[in-house]
Amino acid sequence: MVIECKHVWDYISGYLDDSLSPETKELVQRHLEHCQICSAILDSTRNIMVLTADDQVFELPVGFSERLHARLSEELKSKPVQSVEDAG
Amino acid sequence: MDAELSVRDEAQMIESILAGDRERYHELIRPYERSVYKMALSFMKNESDAEDVAQEAFLKAFRKLADFRGQAKFSTWLISITLNEARGRLRRQGLVRMESLDASPEEGGHISPALLRDWREVPSEALERKEIRQMLQDAIANLSPLYRAVLLLRDVEEFSIEETATALAITTNTVKVRLHRARMMMQKELAPKLKNTGPRRRWFQWS
Repeated sequence: MVIECKHVWDYISGYLDDSLSPETKELVQRHLEHCQICSAILDSTRNIMVLTADDQVFELPVGFSERLHARLSEELKSKPVQSVEDAG
Repeated sequence: MDAELSVRDEAQMIESILAGDRERYHELIRPYERSVYKMALSFMKNESDAEDVAQEAFLKAFRKLADFRGQAKFSTWLISITLNEARGRLRRQGLVRMESLDASPEEGGHISPALLRDWREVPSEALERKEIRQMLQDAIANLSPLYRAVLLLRDVEEFSIEETATALAITTNTVKVRLHRARMMMQKELAPKLKNTGPRRRWFQWS
């Protein structure tokens, strides 16, 4: 069985997560072997995922950690830990 | 998350915080500062609001710590508090009108990726350029909140499908559907732009 590009696109995310059934994975793999366009789509998607995950994308503002811990210190000193009524 | 993190005995830390060793809360949250901030920033879109949301989330998690039962990982729980905090603030600012994280979007429909003949790998070093980082931040920010949350948890925080589902209180199948669409939207938006940012133009970039 041969699948068209359009169908392969629906499986790209699953393929990258390796969550496709063995049969589907095999179909997709066979398609990718001879389809330059789908291979480029797969490679670019994977590349973009890698870049998105990179710590450099979202940098912590200067002093973030210091300000956070200073604020926490105040809180930690003040009230006892409680089971908060407005939880949820 | 990190192998190093899994070695930390967070359950024990939480227990001792609740028993009165409150200072250990600093230690407990240190590995998650960046994750919480990133999550907040992608919703708030400006650094100062994001920092507020992140601080509030950490405070709220501390106040609610006794309610954490260890049914999920601490990080998953923390992220869901952050998400609620961001959502609450956007609602108060009147920015979330029609679409909420709970709404079920039209999840049908097909997203066609950007068609390329070939792909030249964009290395992580490219992120040293502010323009490229901004491109990625904008692409994430422009996703609708439903897709953004899933993409961030799965692809940025590297949560598993199951952890993502738990943090957002949705099914794993919904995670997979939204993740696929989010990734395709990112590819469609970014591939054509990134394609033109090859090293040949490197000399041209000043910041």
